[in-house]
Amino acid sequence: MPILTERDQAAVRKEFERIAGGVKLVVFSQELAAADLCRQNEQLVREVAALSAQITVEVLNLAIDRERAETYGIDQVPAIVVEGARDYGIRFYGVPLGYEFSNLIDAIIVASTGAPALSEDTLASLRALASDVDIKVFSTPT
Amino acid sequence: MRLAQHMSVASDRVRSTVIEATEFPELSRAYHVMGVPKVVINDRVQFEGAVPERDFLGAVLQAVETS
Repeated sequence: MPILTERDQAAVRKEFERIAGGVKLVVFSQELAAADLCRQNEQLVREVAALSAQITVEVLNLAIDRERAETYGIDQVPAIVVEGARDYGIRFYGVPLGYEFSNLIDAIIVASTGAPALSEDTLASLRALASDVDIKVFSTPT
Repeated sequence: MRLAQHMSVASDRVRSTVIEATEFPELSRAYHVMGVPKVVINDRVQFEGAVPERDFLGAVLQAVETS
């Protein structure tokens, strides 16, 4: 049974008209850790990817693909890495449904364009950063 | 909280992780998540609720300064 309704699919297809380049969704799963959530996450990602020819999916196992997980800095499952022309550092932990789903769609679009919707002042400040910034956003589906 | 993701694209220095709080109760407890959205930057600066871009940037810069 699909997660996305036909109405959801139509809305996402419309949003995806703004996709400007290839996006890879790298999914980390681990059946032993969170089987149901990982399966649901994989299904959701595949359903989203099916809505644009520009999106590809790679599913990795946190326990087996340890080097890749380390490179991406992933230590929880289910996880999604949203990559555009390069890895911009966009990650999702947990199944992005509800409010987070719109975040995922927005992340895919901005990763595809490489053009963040931020003011010139913000962009200038971010360009001048001299050290790393780790932003965690705790959210819930509703 | 789209600002975090857009900031990631704007700078290689910025990484953003959206965490589904109910699926990661231990992480949520560790970061004292009582309400969402809750933003934690460099484990130092935190705030709850949606904020304007200017305030979000201010929190990022504050986190870097105190790192």
